[in-house]
Amino acid sequence: MSEDTKSGKNMTGASILWECIEREGVKTVFGYPGGAILPAYDALKGSKIHHILVRHEQGATHMADGYARASGKVGVAVATSGPGATNMVTGIATAMLDSSPIVCITGQVGSKLIGSDAFQETDITGVTLPITKHNYLVTHASEVARTVREAFYVARSGRPGPVLIDITKDAQQTTCAFDYEAAKPQLPGYRPDLSPENKEYEQALELIHKAKRPVILAGHGIVISGAMHEVREFAEKAGIPVAMTLLGIGAFPAAHPLNLGMMGMHGEAWVNHTIQEADLLLAFGMRFDDRVTGNLKTYASNAKKIHIEIDPAEINKNVKVDVPLVGDLKEVLHELLPHVETIDRSEWLDFIDKLKGDAAVRDIQNLPDSGHLYAAHVINDLWRETREGETVVVTDVGQHQMWEAQYYKHEKARSLITSGGLGTMGFALPAAIGAKVARPEADVWVVVGDGGFQMTLCELATIVQEKLKVNIAIINNGFLGMVRQWQEFFYDRNYAATPLLNPDFAKLGEAYGIRSMTVSERSQVVPAVQAARKHDGPVLINFRVEQEDTVYPMVAAGASLHEMIRRPSKIVETAADE
Amino acid sequence: MLNTYVVYVENKPGVLTRVASLFRRRAFNIDSLTVGRTEKPEVSRMTITVDADRDQARRIEANLYKLVNVLLVENITNAPAIIRDLAMIKVAATHEARSHVLELASVFRARVVDVAPDSLTIEITGGEDKIDGLLEVLRPYGVLEMVRTGIVAMRRGKTVSQASTNGDVVSDLAAEDVSHSV
Repeated sequence: MSEDTKSGKNMTGASILWECIEREGVKTVFGYPGGAILPAYDALKGSKIHHILVRHEQGATHMADGYARASGKVGVAVATSGPGATNMVTGIATAMLDSSPIVCITGQVGSKLIGSDAFQETDITGVTLPITKHNYLVTHASEVARTVREAFYVARSGRPGPVLIDITKDAQQTTCAFDYEAAKPQLPGYRPDLSPENKEYEQALELIHKAKRPVILAGHGIVISGAMHEVREFAEKAGIPVAMTLLGIGAFPAAHPLNLGMMGMHGEAWVNHTIQEADLLLAFGMRFDDRVTGNLKTYASNAKKIHIEIDPAEINKNVKVDVPLVGDLKEVLHELLPHVETIDRSEWLDFIDKLKGDAAVRDIQNLPDSGHLYAAHVINDLWRETREGETVVVTDVGQHQMWEAQYYKHEKARSLITSGGLGTMGFALPAAIGAKVARPEADVWVVVGDGGFQMTLCELATIVQEKLKVNIAIINNGFLGMVRQWQEFFYDRNYAATPLLNPDFAKLGEAYGIRSMTVSERSQVVPAVQAARKHDGPVLINFRVEQEDTVYPMVAAGASLHEMIRRPSKIVETAADE
Repeated sequence: MLNTYVVYVENKPGVLTRVASLFRRRAFNIDSLTVGRTEKPEVSRMTITVDADRDQARRIEANLYKLVNVLLVENITNAPAIIRDLAMIKVAATHEARSHVLELASVFRARVVDVAPDSLTIEITGGEDKIDGLLEVLRPYGVLEMVRTGIVAMRRGKTVSQASTNGDVVSDLAAEDVSHSV
């Protein structure tokens, strides 16, 4: 640290802000300036922090989120008061539902003006109260240091989440004595470090050893806790297959023989059948979201449930569990592992293998070539081309997101970044920017629909301005595809407000100075992906795919998990569940 | 069933909003919420009553703990406790009714705190049932106005709930040294 920041030195709140953010190890922040945050921007010149100018504050929050998910470190977004702050709301809610650690800094009008409906005044701590893990209104320079330290600590510890710091203009401008060491966090009520009782461990082990048909439900908590190795060891030692939530993808290697794939609404049929047939569910860092369980009344009704979860408020929220183990997953598994017995479960694993056979003949990859380009083809080819090396795929929300989850085989944690809980369209492009900044050596691919892309496409300019090598694959079907699919199934094919009249995305990309191409045949997919990887700069590929394609299988909202709508197969005439 | 929580929170701006917002967001219905100072200036104490089943009650506690400013939560529903509500009831009291109203107030050990030519204001402290009882018998005379504080609660005996902002949390809910109603 520089000489002039030694303890007791007088500094402005704005300088203290950057100094403290720097001390948290932050090198890059994503933001957009404006009146109430200008003192902070002015003070940036004295800081080593690199500021990335976004094109919309929502983008800044998604970038911070993408940065956090790609790296495991806290991402930082900055905006001004009023509209700058309210534009962050979607990104904050996205981070909240997916437990992503971000710190949002917003400027606020001068403390004397608060409550007067001053120009660009919004009560952003009030607005974000239910969508932040915690938030702060700072009205004095002397509060800045402690608040920043607390915010980073709260954001990354326990169950991570977004923290917002709203700093009044005068708190940024006025000076006070800065003593970093003295500004220690004071969080007497915050206890992120819970652990289970011995009795609960014993109960869990008893259930595990008695189970004949157990399955592990692998969630985002594995990645957050960094427990990938422990989960693998546990699964292998106990011989238990692993199903994944959307955000759990990558937590367990796709190629592992015990890997089942994704569960839930668009999970593979054998995965959902396995869960319904199980006699024990081991929920590792997942929260029994409705997209995962389907109808709760019929969900895994013969199974005992063990829930390892860091957030005690998740216990018995959706699914009543038999043994809750509240604590950090990695630590809990460390306790359990020495006591887990190796049990032969080949009968159960053989049963699951039989379920898999039926799905293979329905797979779009195995259907006769219709001459159309399907999104699944694009994803599958993209996977084949990019599987070697370090690739991060960032998806948006909708059909392409589900196809990516089904057809891109992720072997490593943090190789898929996607908005799960909130399902935020427009997430992918900015989140990919954050991911690329966090891991510049990685090959970062945006997989995005034509609808979601147009929600945040302004960030193409950010990519170009920052000279970021991000590859963009638009899965363009001219529809809001997932909504159209629901209309097809549940609204009598009334395609109300789902057809999209799009611009020429390749021309649009070129206008931003991004090398762009359009692909509409399968034979062009691989060459396009290869060309994109070779090109020294961002590339946009507009994949024009089959318009009315459908994600199979599908568990209708509220239906039982085993009641799936399956892909009508030309090869197999009948199937048990049709 | 009605659950009663004693919640210690940091005495900071906005904490009441955080607690109230939590109940609203998670769709738990607050029956009564009171907040006031404690023996420690940096700590405020809330008494919250909520209609909830066992599972909900446990989740309410867990969710309260998720609020960074919450220091200690105790569900005292099944613990021996003193529970008090305070009400001021303004009753129409004509010349003829006045002595009847005064008599009822005295039966309930309530105090008359304001006398006007055609009304009496009665202050009563006690459990909610007792206040409901007085209200019931006063109603025929004409209740003009009423205000209740909502309940405050404290466990009986030497047991202490303490929450402080230096990180120490002391609670001995299991203590057996419990006194009896006087």
